[in-house]
Amino acid sequence: MSAFFNTLPGAVAQGMIWGIMAMGVYISYKILDIADLTVDGSICTGACVCAVMVVGGAPVWLAMLVAVLAGALAGVLTGLLHTALGIPSILAGILTQLILYSVNLAILGGKSMVSLAGNREDLLLSMSNNPSAILVGTISVALLIVVLWLFFYTEVGLTLKSTGDNPDMSRAQGVNVKLNKVIGLAIANALVAFAGALLAQYKGSANINDGRGAIVIGLAAIFIGLSVSLKIKPNFVVSLIGVVGGGIVYYIIYSIVILMGLKTDYLKMLSAIIVVLFLAVPYLKGEYFTKRKPIPLPGEHDAGGDGHA
Amino acid sequence: MLKLTNLQKTFNPGTINAKTALSGFDLHIAEGDFVTVIGGNGAGKSTLLNAIAGVWKPDYGTVQIDGVDVTNMPEHKRARYLGRVFQDPMKGTSPDMEIAENLSIAARRGTRRKLIWGCTRKDRETYREMLAQLGLGLEDRLSSKVGLLSGGQRQAVTLLMATIRKPKILLLDEHTAALDPKTAAKVLEITDKLVTENKLTTLMITHNMHDAIAYGNRLIMMHEGRVVVDVSGETKKQLTISQLLGLFEEASGSAFSSDKVILSK
Repeated sequence: MSAFFNTLPGAVAQGMIWGIMAMGVYISYKILDIADLTVDGSICTGACVCAVMVVGGAPVWLAMLVAVLAGALAGVLTGLLHTALGIPSILAGILTQLILYSVNLAILGGKSMVSLAGNREDLLLSMSNNPSAILVGTISVALLIVVLWLFFYTEVGLTLKSTGDNPDMSRAQGVNVKLNKVIGLAIANALVAFAGALLAQYKGSANINDGRGAIVIGLAAIFIGLSVSLKIKPNFVVSLIGVVGGGIVYYIIYSIVILMGLKTDYLKMLSAIIVVLFLAVPYLKGEYFTKRKPIPLPGEHDAGGDGHA
Repeated sequence: MLKLTNLQKTFNPGTINAKTALSGFDLHIAEGDFVTVIGGNGAGKSTLLNAIAGVWKPDYGTVQIDGVDVTNMPEHKRARYLGRVFQDPMKGTSPDMEIAENLSIAARRGTRRKLIWGCTRKDRETYREMLAQLGLGLEDRLSSKVGLLSGGQRQAVTLLMATIRKPKILLLDEHTAALDPKTAAKVLEITDKLVTENKLTTLMITHNMHDAIAYGNRLIMMHEGRVVVDVSGETKKQLTISQLLGLFEEASGSAFSSDKVILSK
């Protein structure tokens, strides 16, 4: 039990970072209704850009800003592949992810890893100081939620929501649906890259394999979070808080599973199983466990019919 | 106000499923006209509205709205001139957003959307009054998600959205066809009220001959992508359903065939 409490701060700190990434996934998956697989690449891009720039002597805020812009650019690429070239959104995301693998290698200078071990004092957070990492995470989450909340209630932000919710209605109301998808994917991947930049600092390194399976972790965080937050109050801010909370819960489960002695090799499979469960349970409930109304017998029928079908 | 010249549209050209939906279609609608459009299955009615709305480009011909050639203008840009209500009540509103948010998106149709508050308290007051006019009790549900409304209520909200910013042309694509008769009548009543009050130039497709005659000041009947009957003014007012069927048979050389229309006589 005490082992669990020892790992808890680390789980919370990491969970917050992945929760920020999950907010990005929330924007693409829930708001734009696009399963954007770019994130596996853009989180790594964020980590690589941040690490390489800090090692190169840039101040950490600048490194993070450039990381965020790089993420946004990745989102724009996916958006353009989808909207301007007509590639299905899932495939567009996969293609960008593949492109980013090469790009990330190039950023890392052909190496598979860049260490931040020599730059400890430049960084905002580190796994050697979890309480301060949690503080940085909390402040970041709070700021991001406020900014996103303000943005999604502006004239532009409302049309971003309607774009995902009903593209036909949006076009009929003069909304440029294609442009909105590009903007939305840029914002989503900017958030993801921001999480990547935090992750690199927390871990003290950027690795070419960082972020593999990130989309699944993001979806798991969303499903865990929304399963609670939608019951409390189904609005935007509560949903975002729920999503970050989902990321934290995910990492707590993760650390418990490790403590129970599961080989870390199986953790990706565990993430996938969580997502499968959250997607399958509501479906199966609807499919097999809903009581059907009995068909009324002739004569039992409501007599108000007027012949219209 | 609306001028369609030699519009042509063939779907799946060059295949066994090729279907000419519009063939050399000409139509001129004057400002303030309320035109009802009726026709059999596959006569090209919806194709006509989609051509005006810019859902796709016609193969030939031009679309002019208020003197502007919009033939090559994409759907979302053309939207500034148009108000649209679809047959499917699910299609015209954003279900996961509030009634007020839906209206505020529509109220900014054709404007450059900015990074300022998208639905202000003042907006909500205005919408409350507008919704009260519908007489459906929606004025107290401004913050409800549209997805919670019934089909008829959603069509009424869509109508309000289509007209909240006065469109040059209001396009109604069988917008009461998916509703039960009582709700359909109510939505039609609201339609007529909004059109008359705002003096809107309107094109309304309907499958109901009675409604086609009762509403508007001009009636056109389509057959195989062409206008075969076009009556307006006094002639239209005096028209009966059997006369209309007679006119159709005379013009097209075939009996009128539409299960929906025949059944809803």
